[in-house]
Amino acid sequence: MTNLALFRYLLKIGDDLLINAQRLCEWTGHGPFLEEDLALTNIALDLFGQANAFLEYAAKVEGKGRDQDALAFHRNDTQFLNAKLVEIPNGDYAQTILKQALIDSFRYLLYQELVKSSDQTIAGIASKGVKEVTYHRRHTHQWVIRFGNGTNESMERLNNALGNLWKYTGDLFESDEDDAMVEKSGVGVAFHKIFPAWEEEIKNLFSKSNLRYPENVWMIKGGRKGVHTEYLSYLLNEMQMLPRMYPDAKW
Amino acid sequence: MSNDSQGPLWEVFVQKKPGQPFIHAGNVHAFDKEMALQNARDVYSRRNEATAIWVVPSDQIVASTPEDVGSFFDPSNDKIFRHPTFYQIPDGVKNL
Repeated sequence: MTNLALFRYLLKIGDDLLINAQRLCEWTGHGPFLEEDLALTNIALDLFGQANAFLEYAAKVEGKGRDQDALAFHRNDTQFLNAKLVEIPNGDYAQTILKQALIDSFRYLLYQELVKSSDQTIAGIASKGVKEVTYHRRHTHQWVIRFGNGTNESMERLNNALGNLWKYTGDLFESDEDDAMVEKSGVGVAFHKIFPAWEEEIKNLFSKSNLRYPENVWMIKGGRKGVHTEYLSYLLNEMQMLPRMYPDAKW
Repeated sequence: MSNDSQGPLWEVFVQKKPGQPFIHAGNVHAFDKEMALQNARDVYSRRNEATAIWVVPSDQIVASTPEDVGSFFDPSNDKIFRHPTFYQIPDGVKNL
């Protein structure tokens, strides 16, 4: 395994976390009610913490003197390796929750593998993170089940969200030669290996939520190679503006 | 469900450490038990404040009223023999 392969593998995980968290933050102060506003912001904060850990380690592995802030604030959209699903706009609350539930399952199953990593740093971050993600997954899955068993409106919104999001789910599981190398050395797992467990978990969730599991949907991919939707550019512009305009700003 | 779109109120009790009593922390809105438990966790135990949580529907709490104060609580004040003030407390005993 090369350092570059591991660096890119860590960016894929870290960028998923960072962009996912930044999107969730848009709900801060706008949640449907106070408690849920806090819950979502809590999840975002957990994800920022995990993003910080993964990107800090990525910067160390890269060995070019960059730190996690340089990776977060001084890369362009084509240098981000997150899956497209995390950058898709929040939409209404059903879409935000369904998207988060799909991501939480992916991340939970990923961390279940990473705790077994031969790399102590990765195993450490994952074993701390898996507790947090276990809670996120419980929270969002419960909401999906509620929406799916709620009113006509909640079910309609949930189904619309599924239609908007499903074509982006395949991008989570894209793997390349770098990931294969990382897996071969016992440091991580190639993302496509997680898919069968994810599919089973999501089918189970959908059957409790009166949702039909979509089959044979064409998937929009490319995030793991740095090809993104235009939504990412706007998100990065807002997130990176301050450190780019005032490079030495301290607060 | 009430007209309040945030759902009914639940009272939250948190236990700081195993074995200690559950103490009233405040209340949350929620539409069901699981949501009440999660909301209580998010609102009252974000920074390690609890090792266990109870949630109880607020309308299930039976409370004394201000009118009860006289008949409930005053009579014990003037009966000195009700208070265990005649014992020597051994050195080293805490939490008494």
